[in-house]
Amino acid sequence: MPKVIKNVGCPYCGCACDDIEVTVSDDEKKVLEVKNVCAIGTEIFMHGGDREGRIKLPRLRQPDGSVKDISFDEAIDFTAKTLLNAKKPLMYGFGSTNCEGQAAAARVMERSGGMLDNCASICHGSSFLAIFDNGYPSCTLGEVKNRADVIVYWGSNPAHAHPRHMSRYSIFPRGYFSGKGHKGKTVIVIDPRYTDTARVADHVLQVRQGHDYELFCAFRMVCHGHEDDIPDVVANIPKEKIIEVANILKNARFANIFFGMGLCHSDGRNHNIDIAISLTRDLNQFTKCTIMAMRGHYNIAGPGQVWSWVFGFPYCLDLTKKDLAHMNPGETSSVDLAMRDEVDAFINIGTDAGAHFPIPAVQHLKKHPFITIDPNVNMASEISDLHVPVKICGVDDGGIVYRMDNVPIQFRQVVNAPEGVPSDEEFLDAVYERMVELEGGKFDE
Amino acid sequence: MSEMIIKNGFVFDPLSGINGDKKDIGIKDGKIVDASEVKKGKEIDASGKTVMAGGVDIHTHVVGPKVNVGRLFRPEDKLFKSRIKERNTRMQMGSSVLSTYATGYAYARMGYAYVNEAAMPPLHSPHVHEEIRDTPILDISAMPVMGNNWFQMEYLKEGEIENNAAYTAWLLKATKGIGIKCVNPGGTEAWGWGMNCTTIHDPVPYFDITPAEIVKGQIQTNEFLGLPHSLHIHGNNLGNPGSAETTLDTLKLAEGIKPNNKFGREQVLHNTHLQFHSYGGTNWGDFESASEKMMDYVNKQDNISFDVGFVTLDETTTMTADGPFEYHLNQLNHLKWANVDVELETAAGVVPYVYGKNIKVCNIQWAIGLELALLAKDHMKCHLTTDHPNAGPFTRYPRVIKWLMSKQARDELLHSFKWADKVIDATIIESMDRELTLYEIAQMSRAGTAKCLGISDMYGGLAPGMNANVAIYDLNPEDMPKDPEMIEKAFSGAAYTIKDGVLVVENGEVVATTPRKTIWTDAKYPLNELVERDIREKFLKYYTVDLENYMVFDEHIHNAQAIEVETA
Repeated sequence: MPKVIKNVGCPYCGCACDDIEVTVSDDEKKVLEVKNVCAIGTEIFMHGGDREGRIKLPRLRQPDGSVKDISFDEAIDFTAKTLLNAKKPLMYGFGSTNCEGQAAAARVMERSGGMLDNCASICHGSSFLAIFDNGYPSCTLGEVKNRADVIVYWGSNPAHAHPRHMSRYSIFPRGYFSGKGHKGKTVIVIDPRYTDTARVADHVLQVRQGHDYELFCAFRMVCHGHEDDIPDVVANIPKEKIIEVANILKNARFANIFFGMGLCHSDGRNHNIDIAISLTRDLNQFTKCTIMAMRGHYNIAGPGQVWSWVFGFPYCLDLTKKDLAHMNPGETSSVDLAMRDEVDAFINIGTDAGAHFPIPAVQHLKKHPFITIDPNVNMASEISDLHVPVKICGVDDGGIVYRMDNVPIQFRQVVNAPEGVPSDEEFLDAVYERMVELEGGKFDE
Repeated sequence: MSEMIIKNGFVFDPLSGINGDKKDIGIKDGKIVDASEVKKGKEIDASGKTVMAGGVDIHTHVVGPKVNVGRLFRPEDKLFKSRIKERNTRMQMGSSVLSTYATGYAYARMGYAYVNEAAMPPLHSPHVHEEIRDTPILDISAMPVMGNNWFQMEYLKEGEIENNAAYTAWLLKATKGIGIKCVNPGGTEAWGWGMNCTTIHDPVPYFDITPAEIVKGQIQTNEFLGLPHSLHIHGNNLGNPGSAETTLDTLKLAEGIKPNNKFGREQVLHNTHLQFHSYGGTNWGDFESASEKMMDYVNKQDNISFDVGFVTLDETTTMTADGPFEYHLNQLNHLKWANVDVELETAAGVVPYVYGKNIKVCNIQWAIGLELALLAKDHMKCHLTTDHPNAGPFTRYPRVIKWLMSKQARDELLHSFKWADKVIDATIIESMDRELTLYEIAQMSRAGTAKCLGISDMYGGLAPGMNANVAIYDLNPEDMPKDPEMIEKAFSGAAYTIKDGVLVVENGEVVATTPRKTIWTDAKYPLNELVERDIREKFLKYYTVDLENYMVFDEHIHNAQAIEVETA
């Protein structure tokens, strides 16, 4: 009999929905059906288990360019030796793995004395810079659901990137103090494009691309009582519209600003987020206002959490001194390291640096040993010297992940991975043990 | 497991009434045994040294979401301020908010074995347990924050203590927590709308209950269940001039309530970081100490305990579930401000803060903390904390001990302040001659805290059968050093720390680690139909996490050890 597993967490976007129902085959090897999940999440579940075409053994590149299946023990040995031989190895990724894997990676890179970074480096890393400077007045998604009457999406398009965000957390749900659902909420979308999210908005501000900072300045002028001094048009938005929307924010009962990559990766970058936080602080003089980053992957908030408690820094970690950690984005961030050809071994884990990094960066990385740890074939795996297949977190492995609001969600294993395939944590712990074996100096933690 | 004997030390064990007697302590299989039972194994020569049980911290913020916000958003707290990794340790980053590894090692160096995390937002409990897993050496318990919980406000408004107790017992089980923590009762819910409750009679918006009703109801719930620890409260109006009045109103709510438990606990209310709650004056200009007024009342009550929250005059990171307070603090110092409101439950704020040596208000805060401890009659009920990291990092406990044990050390610092005259006018610290004894320090830092937490059968003492947690300090009670700095030095790096029978620190250096435990309270009081329905309904309609994923999975609890409570 197929078995139905309820309350399953979804390993796709930062929404980390945990209400998925998964039907699995009798032998617990295949996912047959999923419910409550968006189109993209469905695909991920269907990729899990012991299905045909799944990579089940590590693949090592041969001198002639072909790949050969090797055992996991050989892959562990290869990875450990690569790390020990390198002067400045880099391990990057972690958007799609659980916190247990991220903690194991921290231990491995601390011992090998390398660089450790996650996808925030090319995503919400600029938001971190603003948070370091200005703080982060935020809340959990349930606060938005239960209290918010004004919702802003700025530079983010959840209709495509976070498919269930609006229905589960923000615009449509009927919460405790928001029993009217959509009718009781004012939605403001600020984006250069007329996105699909804009279709549900009450106010759409098509800001001139790259000029968000100016628009924030104008909103802050209203908060500080200088609305008369606003120019007639700011960043393509007429003065009257700016004052109207600013007053909606000021008069809200509870407002929340969701911001995405349109803000943190257009001109201004961290400065855009910095002033968004300042606007949030200003609005708290009048009402309650919170702000939240639309984190991309289901557990990309995870490495920021795990490495903060292990090292005190969320990303761009330099562990090469082996006794003190250091962080300086720009110097210690993955793409910058690669562009300067400073890295002499690269491990891509739970992401696809081959697809996401600039081509010159990948070309530099490819001069040195290049390892991919990922369940799937992707661009990075296909240029790797070694590709290690692992379990898919949330499908054939459980573990803790952090949703975009940093709420921990406990994931469940729903099917069994092909026999012998380890989780990220199991593989990295084995690499650690092998390094200790090769190097000596064992101690208990 | 190994055996060990600690010979010829001066033992201070207030739980057994031992005050500096020369005595041998035996250890076998991780437990304290009579010295005569140890036949072989390591012998530690403690002659000329002070021997105490491993320290027990009743209130500290070391694991969990807001601590981690403090770590994440303050890179400057690491740069040039972190301890360099030792041979047998992981990296140790941070100064006011330490990494989990640094936390475990730093406590162990000071001779501590157990800490109680003071604020666990229930929704974030898996996060707390993940950090417990990565905190070496220490046994840890955590208190779920409950003062603004929607379930509880609804039950307590109707006076439904039994329903509240059923929910509370369930929540302790779901989050693997140890007891009931209330932070700014009602005020933090009001903060959901940007408001606050600054007296115990301000009604909570919408819920129409007062902080007084919440506090009283939670005390009754706690005693109804017979939990090991009492209600642990951070009351309304913290940190403002005149906070003493609000605090006394809160404390009076405990009058006439008797403790009901089998753990030897005598208090029904533990007021945490009383220093922040003992302020006189009406504004920051006439700000003054109200410690005498506070201790006049507290010393007369036998059902109240408190920890101090000593201000250590450092740069630090404040963090509390008192969301509105952090917002107001940020309005004062204009540094960065982080905030996390947690659905249906609580909130938290984080703001860096510099307690400057030349700032009058900070100096008065420093004096108030010391005054409370020096005025206290019974140090079993007056505990050593810095509300880490709010009033200062816990790594300053040795310095606080120095101030408590040496008038000379206090006076030297007091007279070095830029505004010393104004500080002296606003406080009574200069007139106080009292110097605490090692026995009183042991009460404040292990015996008293363990007793108030209801764990004095396992921690905080050196009687046979207790966990073999021992701290040995290089201090000779018969020949105490003239230089108070030597007291600070001795408590900063224990000569030896033994945790569960394993030598973990030697001469202030971490030499090993031990498996650590998570202590929680298993209150065996069942859910009734109504409460079960309420839980299902709130998760269906208002939470954004499914009920089955809210309760921490067993696999995420690190070495759980339950304290079992039968409710008659």
